[in-house]
Amino acid sequence: MIELRSLTKRYGSFTAVNSVDLDVPRGELFGFLGPNGAGKTTTLRMIAGILRPSSGTVRIAGVDLAKQPTEAKQKLGFIPDRPFIYEKLTGVEFLRFVAGLYGQSGEDVERRGRELLALFDLEEWRDELVESYSHGMRQKLIISSAFVHKPEVIVVDEPMVGLDPKAARTLKDLFREYTRRGNTIMMSTHTLEVAQSMCDRIAIIQRGVIRACGTMDDLRASAESGVSGLEEIFLRLTGEGLARELIEVLDA
Amino acid sequence: MLDELRTLLAPKLQTTRARARQKERGRGARTAILVSVGAVFWAFAFGVLHRLLAYFRGVPEIGPLLAGKLLGLILVSFFSILLLSNIIAALSSFFLARDLDLLASAPVDWLSLYSAKLLETGVNSSWMVVLMAVPMLTAYGTVYDGGGAFIGLAIAILVPFLIIPAAIGSALTLVLVNAFPARRTRDILSVIAVLAAAGIVVLFRLVRPEKLARPEGFRSLVDFIAILRTPTSPFLPSEWAGRSVMGWLTGSLDLLPIYLLWSTAAAAVVLGALLHRGLYARGFTKAQESGERWAREGWLGRFAHSALSPLGIVRRELVMKEIRVFFRDTTQWSQLILLAVLVVVYVFNIKFLPLTGEGITFFIVNLVPFLNLALAGFVLASVAARFIFPGVSLEGRTWWLLRASPLPVRELLWSKFWVGMVPLLVLALAIVGVTNSLLHVSVFMFAVSVFTITLMTFALAGLAIGFGTMFPRFETENAAQIPTSFGGLLYMMSAVGVIGAVIVLEARPVYSYVSAISFRGGEPPPTMELVLGFGLAAVVCLTATFWPIRIAIRRLEALER
Repeated sequence: MIELRSLTKRYGSFTAVNSVDLDVPRGELFGFLGPNGAGKTTTLRMIAGILRPSSGTVRIAGVDLAKQPTEAKQKLGFIPDRPFIYEKLTGVEFLRFVAGLYGQSGEDVERRGRELLALFDLEEWRDELVESYSHGMRQKLIISSAFVHKPEVIVVDEPMVGLDPKAARTLKDLFREYTRRGNTIMMSTHTLEVAQSMCDRIAIIQRGVIRACGTMDDLRASAESGVSGLEEIFLRLTGEGLARELIEVLDA
Repeated sequence: MLDELRTLLAPKLQTTRARARQKERGRGARTAILVSVGAVFWAFAFGVLHRLLAYFRGVPEIGPLLAGKLLGLILVSFFSILLLSNIIAALSSFFLARDLDLLASAPVDWLSLYSAKLLETGVNSSWMVVLMAVPMLTAYGTVYDGGGAFIGLAIAILVPFLIIPAAIGSALTLVLVNAFPARRTRDILSVIAVLAAAGIVVLFRLVRPEKLARPEGFRSLVDFIAILRTPTSPFLPSEWAGRSVMGWLTGSLDLLPIYLLWSTAAAAVVLGALLHRGLYARGFTKAQESGERWAREGWLGRFAHSALSPLGIVRRELVMKEIRVFFRDTTQWSQLILLAVLVVVYVFNIKFLPLTGEGITFFIVNLVPFLNLALAGFVLASVAARFIFPGVSLEGRTWWLLRASPLPVRELLWSKFWVGMVPLLVLALAIVGVTNSLLHVSVFMFAVSVFTITLMTFALAGLAIGFGTMFPRFETENAAQIPTSFGGLLYMMSAVGVIGAVIVLEARPVYSYVSAISFRGGEPPPTMELVLGFGLAAVVCLTATFWPIRIAIRRLEALER
């Protein structure tokens, strides 16, 4: 469903994403991990059509994003890490607007909107302006908006940020059920337990390059012997998190 | 305390310095244009005032009185502007700024915080007035031979003149925030500010300062001089500043007004600081609250929804979103009040044009509505700068949503064009229709006016969308600040260019037609001349409509944020 070929993004002399090749098939929940500034958000924003690749291609459900952007985006929902939305619209108006952008309206949209708001406990806030929503509520509204037009592929950047435990649980269940029905999700996260427990496959990106990609067993294998949890694999592969500096920093 | 104040101000200074050093494409050209426009504005303001003051200087007895009166009028306008903008700027810098969470949680002394924020408020709201004051004071200094020391005196007067409204404005905002939640306060302040500005415009028109230049309207010269001698507002800092300047320039310097300025400034800051100590913590906490804001769709919304249905789902939802966001944003719709006042003052002035009586020919009566078109064009350009130009900038934070959706950029821009253009056209036709009726113009001139203003409206809206996209201000939270940007300046310059071109192109056929009717007994001018003149004007307008939008579409498609 998502195919990346030699995907590269350069900002002047700095290469944020360097020739990434990736295939995420239908029905898969794919995790995208990496340290801060590794190129996760840049990759996801290129898949969502927000950034243009310097070179390489993105295909969504077989449609080339550069050649047929409208058709490709029609199949996609995007959830960004920062919940910026129209402050002067109400929750329900925002959902209607997003559905409208995908050419959908009517009773189906209204029903789906009501159900999604109820799912995330936003029913009581449906007619309140977004400017009075908390960070977590905005995030929930954006997540709802990504589902309102029933896309085949959802790209999510840090879905758990700002969510309360109940909403986080709801989201995990929603993601699982959604992929079980044959749809695809690609998500970046720093919550390694979430990635380990939810994702079918995981890729670890560092300095714009995919360091490892596969199931947990594949990752364990590539991280050499003696590691079992994703956290250890992550630290081993990215070569970070060594505690050597901790004491120096605290003593400084 | 000074060290702490320096630390608090350091990020602002460093940001300004970094911005100045930033290497950006076209920065040189941009600076050159800004400097040239600034220089032209300064030269123009200085030239006009210099001429006027030189004339006043030649008038014995009442000359200096007239110059003083004029200075008083200018300074009282400055003071009102300063007070209003300080009230609004204080709300942002003291209560809504993004650095406040950090400062509130840091062990910063209240007096340092007050001083830093007062300085920030004062600088943000005063720089424009200072820029306007420079050519004005230079004109006074040169005409009345103020000498080099006049610069020192001007600074000594200007500094407390700026401090007083900053301290009073900040204190007023502090009291208001304590009475209302900050978000509500911003709404209330926007309306108050716009109503006050509208009031100033109306008052200024009702007072008709031009009467002062026509002493024949007064019963006797003694009456006239008595009016000139009476201080307009003895308790206002503007009066003290005016008296100090004129005192120096006429060789009768009185130190009392300067003393009053400085002591009032000091008192305002001290009282403001005490008020800040007592009320700020409570106000800041209150500022974090936001009132409950429900917005259920009423019959008007449902009507608009069904009326827009023929446009298709995507366009309908875009238009509905634009309308909702506009009317729920007080900083946006409140500007409509100012616009209404502007239009009323304009129509009022046209109504009182002396277009009857001796020497007023059919030719002049028909020429005025033609020039009226140019003026109406300027009014429409400033309206478009306020309401259409910021459209794309306001999408900055939500750009991810539009970009990730299958919405073509073309649809977005054209929706914004139509949403802005249609009300602008209604306004344009109303202005031209009403003013033409008041002027009793001929059918030909009426047709020319309607044709031209319609085309001009398309062009002005197209240019506003184009320039607004080419020079976006995505990070600005307040829509009212966007038109005052560099792009806004370029937009106004290009709008003036298009209006000028249209008027020049149509001048010839209109002149031929009107003179044919007036002097050649009604024989119409050659058709070719009419077609060429109006045709070229139409081409200019249509090019100004489509070309900027085409460039804007390309820019927006390439935009990455």
